[in-house]
Amino acid sequence: MAFTIYDDVFASRLILGTAQYPSPAVLADAVKRSGTALVTVSLRRESGGGDAFWQLIRDLGVMVLPNTAGCHSVREAVTTAEMARELFQTDRIKLEVIGHHDTLQPDVFALVEAAGELTARGFKVYPYTTDDLVVGERLVEAGCKVLMPWCAPIGSARGPRDLHALRALRAAFPEIPLIVDAGLGRPSHAAAVMELGFDGVLLNTAVARAGDPAAMAAAFASAVTAGRTAHHAVPLEPRDMAVPSTPVIGRAVFA
Amino acid sequence: MQVIVNGRSLEARAATLAALVDELGYSGAWFATAINGDFVPGPARPDVPIRQGDRIEILSPMQGG
Repeated sequence: MAFTIYDDVFASRLILGTAQYPSPAVLADAVKRSGTALVTVSLRRESGGGDAFWQLIRDLGVMVLPNTAGCHSVREAVTTAEMARELFQTDRIKLEVIGHHDTLQPDVFALVEAAGELTARGFKVYPYTTDDLVVGERLVEAGCKVLMPWCAPIGSARGPRDLHALRALRAAFPEIPLIVDAGLGRPSHAAAVMELGFDGVLLNTAVARAGDPAAMAAAFASAVTAGRTAHHAVPLEPRDMAVPSTPVIGRAVFA
Repeated sequence: MQVIVNGRSLEARAATLAALVDELGYSGAWFATAINGDFVPGPARPDVPIRQGDRIEILSPMQGG
């Protein structure tokens, strides 16, 4: 199940966020049960507790993917990324440049510009983007070696709003790792995008706000594995008419 | 002089960013700094002067999605 993004090899295709858990202990449990190898983290104004949180993450033995959550401009995102690189000692950055307050939709124009700037500065950019093909192309041209489209707004738990768009994205970028970031609510949603051939999923709210986050983390891990295995097994295309599954040859005739 | 640290206005005596973070009680490697929107790496803090009205951000690791 291992896969590679930039030159990092990850043992799990599930990336987990670390926010909104009821307690640090529950967060630690969920990370363990998810089997994840990569967790997202953030930077905020120091108000106490930052050191304890960072120690907790280091003790879990996972890699970190710092984000630029809350940034609305190229300059904010670049400065935040530089601060994150020093603090977390990694070149990985989940690049978010938010364009709309209500939908938290990325500002794809600023995103492309920031991606180019950060690539030039030696970052491994993981862009939070939409399912727009042309934006994806621009991000790849800007140096991104992974794309992370939303499938629905952040935290909405809606699941994939447009599986056809995600399928088209997969077809357009056969060589680029594709990760669905944002909008997944249930394990079945994760399985659905993995069945399409996506390389991984990034989750936070769906696990953190579940009734039992650790159990939900385990459920998502199973779903990601199931979806990936199904993709390799080549699922049937849907058909409009019934097709008998039991052989008709040799059928008894009673009348 | 008056500076703004993490959005709060305060009176600082320090002449450099390194002295300012000391004055505010920060130590260790678990925070990162920026001044007026520009990142300042830890090793550069002693060379960055503090001026009246500077906006300083001191950020630390936090949960994120």
